[in-house]
Amino acid sequence: MDVVAQPILVVEGLSKSFRGLTALESVSLDVRRGEILGLMGPNGAGKSVFINVVTGLYRPEEGTIRYCGRDITSLPSYALARLGIARTYQNIRLLRRMTVLENVLVAIKDHVNQPFRSVFARNHCGFVTAATALLEQFQLADKSDWLAGSLAYGEARRLEIARALAGKPSLLFLDEPAAGMNERETEELGGTIRSSHELVEAIVIIEHDVAMMRKLSDRLVVMDSGRKIAEGRPNDVLAQPNVIEAYLGTDEPDD
Amino acid sequence: MIQDYVVFVGVNIVLAWSVYVVLLAGSLSFANGGFMAIGAYVSGVLTVKFGVPLVFATTIAGVVAGAIGVLVGFPALRTRGIYLMLVTVGIAVSVKAVIESIDYVGGIQGFGGMVGTTEWHVVALVVLVGCGLWFLSKSPLQRILDAVREDELVAASLGINPVYVKLVCFGAGAFLAAVAGGFYAHYLIHVTPDQFGIVLSVFIVLYAVLGGTNNMWGPPIGATIMTLIPEFVRSLESWRPTAFGIIILGLLLIRPDGLLAFRHVTTRAKGVLATSLSDGAKPD
Repeated sequence: MDVVAQPILVVEGLSKSFRGLTALESVSLDVRRGEILGLMGPNGAGKSVFINVVTGLYRPEEGTIRYCGRDITSLPSYALARLGIARTYQNIRLLRRMTVLENVLVAIKDHVNQPFRSVFARNHCGFVTAATALLEQFQLADKSDWLAGSLAYGEARRLEIARALAGKPSLLFLDEPAAGMNERETEELGGTIRSSHELVEAIVIIEHDVAMMRKLSDRLVVMDSGRKIAEGRPNDVLAQPNVIEAYLGTDEPDD
Repeated sequence: MIQDYVVFVGVNIVLAWSVYVVLLAGSLSFANGGFMAIGAYVSGVLTVKFGVPLVFATTIAGVVAGAIGVLVGFPALRTRGIYLMLVTVGIAVSVKAVIESIDYVGGIQGFGGMVGTTEWHVVALVVLVGCGLWFLSKSPLQRILDAVREDELVAASLGINPVYVKLVCFGAGAFLAAVAGGFYAHYLIHVTPDQFGIVLSVFIVLYAVLGGTNNMWGPPIGATIMTLIPEFVRSLESWRPTAFGIIILGLLLIRPDGLLAFRHVTTRAKGVLATSLSDGAKPD
C-alpha cells in the first residue's frame, strides 16, 4: 500500500552531536502526506534528538530539513509551530497551573501569531466552542475547568495531544506517547491517535511498544546509535535481522 | 497632607504595576527604579527647559524609557532567573551613575523646578492603568502571558515567540515606571539621583511581591500598605525602619505568596484548587 504522494517533510543528511558525542549521523527520511510514520529504536538511538532537531529545539550541524518544499533548517521552534508543525513531549509538559480549557485555548493560531493584538480579539465564544469540541473528542470536556496539573496520567497525555492539535497543524510529532501506560491505556491511546490522524496530514510517532507500532503505523523507520538502520512496512522491518539484533543486542531498561 | 498620601500611594501603585507587567511574562525586574529616574529627569527637562506641558512631557518620557527598556532588554532577556535579576540590578545602578555624571541635569546636586502634578493626575493615571490591566486580564493575551511565564519551551512550541513577548512586557514596565516617575518628580519639585538608588527598585519589587503577583489587585494593595505603614508607626521615631522591616517579614511569613494570592483564571477553575498542585506531579 505504498502511498504515492509528495512528502510533507524531507530530511536529508541530518547530523547532530553533543560535545563530540554523535547523536545523529547523517539521517535522511521522508514523511509522506496521509501517513503515520513510526520511529523506533533502542534507548539512545537518537529518536528524541531527531524530533528535537526537526522541531527547532536544537540546530543540526549538517543536513537540511524541507517542509512543504520550504527549507526550515534554521528556523526557531515558534516559527515552525506557526508553519504547522506541532509536537508533544516525552515527559508531558502541560501548563499545569492553567485549566484544561485554557491549555487548548492558548494554542489558537490567531492569538499566538499576534499576541498583543489579541487584547482586542473578538469572538471569544467561537474559540471556546471550538476548543470544547476538541476536548469533547478527547473525552476531556467534562474536566475543561480543572487545572491541568490535577489530571490523571492518561488524561494529561490526551490533553497534550489535544493542545498540539488546537493550532491546526499539518504535521504532528508524538514523542513516546505511550510511555508509562498500561496495556488498556495504550489501547485507548491508539484510538486517540487514529482519530487525531483525521485532523492532520501526517503523524510521526516515537514509540517502544512494538505491538502498538505494528498496528498503528503505515511505515516504520528504525534507528540505532544515531543512524537509520531500516525503513519500510512494519511487518517487513520488524522481521529484519539487524533490527532484531539492535533490540536484543542492547540492554533496554524500560523507563 | 491627604494630597501627599494620594500622590505617593498612587505613584507607588503604578510602580508596583510596572513590576507586575514585567512579571506577567515571568521576568523579575529590579530595573524599574532606574526607569522611574529616566522618567523623572526626561519629563523634568522637557517641562522646565522646553516648556512642554506636563502630561505630554511624561508621556514622551515614558516612551523614551520604554525604548531604552526594549534596547537594553533585548540582550538582558536572553538570560533567565537569577542572572536576569542581576542584569536588571545593573541597569538600575548604571542609570543612576549616568544621571549623576550629567551636569546638564545638575549631577549629584539634583534637578529642580518641576511643578504641576496634582492628586487628580495621579488618580487618573491609576484608573487608566488599572482599566488597561483589567482589560488585558480578560483577553487571550493573559493566557499567552501565563503560558510564557509557566513554560517558555512549551509556549514556543505552540507558536508563541517568548523573547518578543518578554521584551514588550519589559518595555511596557519601563514605560509605566517612567510615567509614574514623571508625575512624582513634578510633585516633589526637586529630585536627586540618590532618590533613585537600588533600594528604590527593591522596594518597588517588594510592593508587588508583598501584595501578590497572581492577579492585578495584589500589587496595588502591597503598594498601599507599604506606603502607609511607615506613617502609622511614626511614633516609634528612630525605630521606624526596624518596625517596618519586621512588619514586612511578618506579612511574608503569614502569606508567602502575597496578601492577595488567589488565582484569577480567564475561565473559571472549579473542582480542584491550586493547593493540590503542590502534591507534585502525577505518577510517571
